[in-house]
Amino acid sequence: MGLDSINLHISIRNQNFDINQEIKQLSSGNLNIGGIVSFLGIVRDLSKNNNLKFMEIEHYPGMTETALMKICNEAKTRWEIQAISVIHRIGKLYPGDNIVLLLVGSVHRTQAFEASEFVMDFLKSRAPFWKKETTLTEATWIEENPLDEQKLLRW
Amino acid sequence: MKILYFSWLRECIGVSFEEYSTDQTTISGLIRELVNREPRYRKAFKNLTMVKVAIDQELVADMETSIVGAHEIAFFPPMTGG
Repeated sequence: MGLDSINLHISIRNQNFDINQEIKQLSSGNLNIGGIVSFLGIVRDLSKNNNLKFMEIEHYPGMTETALMKICNEAKTRWEIQAISVIHRIGKLYPGDNIVLLLVGSVHRTQAFEASEFVMDFLKSRAPFWKKETTLTEATWIEENPLDEQKLLRW
Repeated sequence: MKILYFSWLRECIGVSFEEYSTDQTTISGLIRELVNREPRYRKAFKNLTMVKVAIDQELVADMETSIVGAHEIAFFPPMTGG
């Protein structure tokens, strides 16, 4: 059974999100959901001298949505999950800002936890997003963490 | 076809996309042709282990993949979302 528009929500935007609102939206009208696992990614300062000014996130419109859809559909075939919501922000973001919110609703929590890890692992290395860091002194594109690619092997 | 560049490849080449026609039939052939065009391409494609490719918005791992009939080819570094 594929995901229909009611239980799969993907949004790529600059605008922030309200977690409570998103959770409410995910669970409304679906009484099969017994638990929701949420992952919130925020802008952190990992720059060498801890002087991050801001981060810019670029993406590949069209491919991003398709890639995320594919990842979520794959998760749906592997775990018993009722609803997934992925919101990823793009553009200029500042330390402490929200970047990404993933919500996975399921009858069982184990299913939701595992599916969340799966979606995040693939989002990191298969969804076309790129981050650029601007510190007080320089602007650099963040390099891929080699561990991210390795993490995919466990699935 | 349309060629798109993202992240530092876009900055290096100086455009986010361009219309391009080629007789090349594979990704590697296309890259070779681009590299011979101008130094900015040579610089962008200097280290191919840092370059990923999508044909019509689908990620491909093999540089010998055919591009015949492709509408959109994108070049970009490994992804760093999340």
